[in-house]
Amino acid sequence: MSKALNSLVDRVRAAREAHTPLAIRGAGTKSFYGEKIRGSSLDMRDLSGISGYDPSELVLTARAGTPLADVEAALAERGQCLPFEPPRYPDPERPGQRGGTIGGVVAAGLAGPSRAAVGSVRDFVLGATLINGKAEVVSFGGQVMKNVAGYDVARLLAGSLGVLGVICEVSLKVLPVLPATATLRFDCSEAEAIERLQAWGGQPLPVHASAWWQGALVVRLSGAAAAINSAAAKMGGEVIDPYLAQRFWNGMRDQTDEFFTEARRSLSEGAALWRIGLPAGAPPLPLSGEQLIEWGGAQRWWVSREPVERVRALAARAGGHATLFRAKDKAAILGEGGSVFAPLAQPLARIHRDLKASFDPDGVFNPGRLYPDL
Amino acid sequence: MNAPLPHDATDALADSAERRRRQDEVVAALAAVLPRSALLWQDEDTTPYECDGLTAYRERPLVVALPETEEQVGALLRLCRRLQVPVVARGAGTGLSGGAMPHRLGVTLSLARLNRILAVDRRARTARVQCGVRNLAISEAAAPHGLYYAPDPSSQIACTIGGNVAENSGGVHCLKYGLTLHNVLRVRGFTIDGEAVEFGSEALDAPGLDLLAVVIGSEGMLAVVTEVTVRLVPKPQLARCIMASFGSVQAAGEAVAQVIAQGIIPAGLEMMDKPMTAAVESFVQAGYDLKAAAILLCESDGTPEEVEEEIRRMTEVLSGCGATRLEISRDEAQRLRFWSGRKNAFPASGRISPDYMCMDSTIPRKRLADILTAITEMEGKYKLRCVNVFHAGDGNLHPLILFDANQPDELARAEAFGADILETSVRLGGTVTGEHGVGIEKLASMCVQFTPEEREQMFAVKRAFDPAGLLNPGKVIPTLHRCAEYGKMHVKKGLLPFAELPRF
Repeated sequence: MSKALNSLVDRVRAAREAHTPLAIRGAGTKSFYGEKIRGSSLDMRDLSGISGYDPSELVLTARAGTPLADVEAALAERGQCLPFEPPRYPDPERPGQRGGTIGGVVAAGLAGPSRAAVGSVRDFVLGATLINGKAEVVSFGGQVMKNVAGYDVARLLAGSLGVLGVICEVSLKVLPVLPATATLRFDCSEAEAIERLQAWGGQPLPVHASAWWQGALVVRLSGAAAAINSAAAKMGGEVIDPYLAQRFWNGMRDQTDEFFTEARRSLSEGAALWRIGLPAGAPPLPLSGEQLIEWGGAQRWWVSREPVERVRALAARAGGHATLFRAKDKAAILGEGGSVFAPLAQPLARIHRDLKASFDPDGVFNPGRLYPDL
Repeated sequence: MNAPLPHDATDALADSAERRRRQDEVVAALAAVLPRSALLWQDEDTTPYECDGLTAYRERPLVVALPETEEQVGALLRLCRRLQVPVVARGAGTGLSGGAMPHRLGVTLSLARLNRILAVDRRARTARVQCGVRNLAISEAAAPHGLYYAPDPSSQIACTIGGNVAENSGGVHCLKYGLTLHNVLRVRGFTIDGEAVEFGSEALDAPGLDLLAVVIGSEGMLAVVTEVTVRLVPKPQLARCIMASFGSVQAAGEAVAQVIAQGIIPAGLEMMDKPMTAAVESFVQAGYDLKAAAILLCESDGTPEEVEEEIRRMTEVLSGCGATRLEISRDEAQRLRFWSGRKNAFPASGRISPDYMCMDSTIPRKRLADILTAITEMEGKYKLRCVNVFHAGDGNLHPLILFDANQPDELARAEAFGADILETSVRLGGTVTGEHGVGIEKLASMCVQFTPEEREQMFAVKRAFDPAGLLNPGKVIPTLHRCAEYGKMHVKKGLLPFAELPRF
């Protein structure tokens, strides 16, 4: 065991004995996400480095504290990528740096514009090593594409916000960068955009990302050059200059696009940024505020001042759920007993509680970060 | 070596009179919630349920229940929970690892009658189906909309979607299109308490922990799934296949790595060794190259433009890697002929040997030649023949060990051979099962892949879902006791060993 891993195990053991919670952190780029952070900081950045990468295996293994930027640079050198485009938020300690750690990418489970086309963070997790609440170092999954030996605990960690254990190392499936890309723009209403996206989705077209805001639908095609050309001809629309398109999609991925910068301004005046996950074809939501639609209609961002009950009820009625993604004062918006993520019904709430206890019997890891009582 | 241990003789209920009393009690209780026609308990009726696709291991269930509605499933589970009766869920019984092998004091819950397709939504590209719907039936129902369900295990004519969810089944196209996990949005079912529960959602995510990810592939040990929403994808306009011959297995393995290193993700990438090719050729007469040491099938699908571009690139790579013969399918009939042998690898093996045992480990692709060399040595050691097919694109091996169960000792030697392949795969950085599941077949090999702490963590996960341990008990995770008896240590380290060494 490496020195860095040893010292993490010691910290967990000590925290367990002293019954003091730990707040697991990488670069701290996503500290805004989820419920309030409690406990003493467990910094993962010393456990760093890519431990295995063989491009022809399509697998990269890295220790949790490895900067995402290092992972993406190593992949880019070999013409590969993390296909789910995790968002890169600014590093609070290093001005100008973005992106956090690979452990944070998995723990947060957030994916970017390509999510609907390629899959989620969880879909690309092949294996993980973690420290559980008994201070044991345990590994699940592996470094191979297909693996059904035992329960798929590694994938369960994606989006778990660290409540089950300290993610120490992850193996991810990686893919070649697609050879060609083109971006098209269409003027259309929200309802029309949703309809068009469903219709394209049902055809063998290389639609890789989409965004609708203020009457403009922007669609990215990615794949073989021949397929891009024939799809672009078939779909119509205005072809966007590749340089501008690249900037636009980076802005979507990293949430630095105008929609998000304006959202930040509204937040300081008391509005909330909601992330609403819906079945892609769900009709427009009758909410007030400003909306950005991604993922073919399956992810709808709302900057709104509507009450939490109404946002949640509308999302649920449409077959989805709403997360309070950002707010100046989340507690003020959620009110007494509210939660950032949509509340769980039984028996899911009970299973969550028992699963948490099965990994972390003393409640040491990130208590309350996913749900206030978890 | 890899077979289940004999029954625990200290179990009082093993006594047959006691078992009969228990049977009467369970039948009487279930008769209150299920129609008489949905209950089987006489020996002649329960015999067909003694095993699944892994026929070497059998057990007679106490009762077989065949509910027709979700409500009946819920009621049955509530009763079984109250009476502390183990429940073994079963789909079509095509599983290859004994996951549906009955419990002698348990109810085998056949879900085959829950076989309705509830909705095919063209616009949303989803299908909502009951768990007993056959895999292929989903694609057939979606076909009029130009859509299909991508995961295609070889048993897709018969296997059910519920079984696919339990095993996280793959198929020959999963390198490009993913496993069951990547193609299921939501499942509905019941906890052991008979409470209705949903994992996942028809949105792309659900709040809280991603429980769907752990329920898929849990081999019926965490919940009973009764309804599944799957993602459908547009049918590619065209598919073409390259059949390439190689003079050595090493060269074929290198070609597989090169195709992927060149940034190509083929729709299918399969390998057969020479003995396997000979067996399937005499079965299907597809015109395979009998002189080749290994044959690769490399498929491209998509728009005609995409396929043309990709076939050209694939051909270049395969030629560059020393392919001795290359043939590209001209039309659909020829493409299907190329595949016919690969798809019939199992029945073809059945023709050249009275019995065979199919293994299912996965290794890093680059170790393909190493495992084949090891398997050749094992043929000598165990004095049995082995023919090999691989999902080469994702490193998933299916060595078929040929034996004759009527010869004394051959089954035992075949089991030892199989266990040796699995454990060698773990040593090469792989896993004991890629897509068939652990079931009972690979329990012992799990001791080699996981530490006691890891196995205990998996037991703890099970307890969170099923505190009384009634759902498919005794499968997937071996107990400490069992591993001690098996006597082999696990061979894997937590973090990659020698992580400081450069690896790329």
